[in-house]
Amino acid sequence: MKEKLKLYSYWRSSCGHRVRIALSLKVIEYEYIPVNLLKGEQFDPDFMKINPMGTVPALVDGEVVITDSFAIIMYLDEKYPEPPLLPRDLHKRALNYQVASIISSGIQPHQNLAVIRYIEEKTNGEEKIAWVNNAIRKGYTALEKLLVNYAGIYATGDEIYLADLFLVAQVHGAMIKFKIDVEPYPTLAKCYESYKELSVFEDAVPAKQPDAPAPMI
Amino acid sequence: MKLYSYWRSSCAHRVRIALSLKGLEYEYIPVNLLKGEQSDPDFKKINPMGTVPALVDGDVVISDSLAIIMYLDEKYPEPPLLPPDLHKRAVNFQASSIVLSGIQPHQNLGVLKFIEEKINSEEKTAWVTNAITKGFTALEKLLVSCAGKHATGDEVYLADLFLAPQIYGAINRFQINMEPYPTLAKCYESYKDLPAFQNAAPEKQPDAPASTS
Repeated sequence: MKEKLKLYSYWRSSCGHRVRIALSLKVIEYEYIPVNLLKGEQFDPDFMKINPMGTVPALVDGEVVITDSFAIIMYLDEKYPEPPLLPRDLHKRALNYQVASIISSGIQPHQNLAVIRYIEEKTNGEEKIAWVNNAIRKGYTALEKLLVNYAGIYATGDEIYLADLFLVAQVHGAMIKFKIDVEPYPTLAKCYESYKELSVFEDAVPAKQPDAPAPMI
Repeated sequence: MKLYSYWRSSCAHRVRIALSLKGLEYEYIPVNLLKGEQSDPDFKKINPMGTVPALVDGDVVISDSLAIIMYLDEKYPEPPLLPPDLHKRAVNFQASSIVLSGIQPHQNLGVLKFIEEKINSEEKTAWVTNAITKGFTALEKLLVSCAGKHATGDEVYLADLFLAPQIYGAINRFQINMEPYPTLAKCYESYKDLPAFQNAAPEKQPDAPASTS
């Protein structure tokens, strides 16, 4: 019997969030294995044996272990092509890669746990907030410019593609973690509204993951 | 095709290698990042993102090195920049991501200026060294069991395009010692014999200052 895919993830990881949507869209069954980043579980020897990189998300498909959300999503899209996460048109494909890059290298690296802890230690709380705000706003401005002439119901047209997976995780995370709203960016805001109507996106939200803390009442 | 580039931009460096490998002719248009030319209204008309590299192919304008390289690979498939095997393709994407999101964002001009201003120069050096060390450690672990002549086998692929400029910058700009990373060092040596890599080097670009050759 074919072994189920395993996804090592943390409920709040926006990188993990992107991958969960891909798995959900393609209706791929997987076992969710939580790794608590706040407790440093990514450095446990048992986890490092599976994934020497000590990062989440990590996908285990039989003998194959893949880290990094972009690499995992491209692997899933190539192995399980339906529905496709990239359009056929070369220019539109490029747009999707650009969105993924703006988020994964322009925004997320400047808002991840390790970095913001470092900034707070070396400077202070206000500087940290300014730093994160600056990175996110710069990124959102770039995304808005990029997508304003191409968005349809979703980021690059009327189908869901790679860009949407990165966008929804970024916007959701920024709202919840840093209280940064997407409203000043009308194209992005409209896309985000569209995502809210899809159960496949709603099921992937951090708060619904097995390792999410019970909500405070 | 036009490539808007800055001689020292490691992102542009990646794209130059791709263009060279595929034997594609292009017009090199320099944008001086130190002088802030990326914010010139004329450049922003072409590329509203105000970033380099930017590729103009007829009506199509693409920014971001990964997007440009994937576009080039899809439009001009020879030689392919990704191997046929799914797992090896994933390794190439992983290596590119480690450089693109794990290392380069922490060493770009804007970030370094911020750290130097808000903290100081020593902290800036420590920051960059830390980012590169973490990233190179991760890359070494990733590639040690699948490298061949080059990063993911005996052919040049996407990972090599990201690795070469990153290591170049680490050695030349940040004085990083490559000894702890034998796989990466060996890959870097392998690029020295390849014209496509050599022609793409920063000091060989039209806008490189005369003193750098």
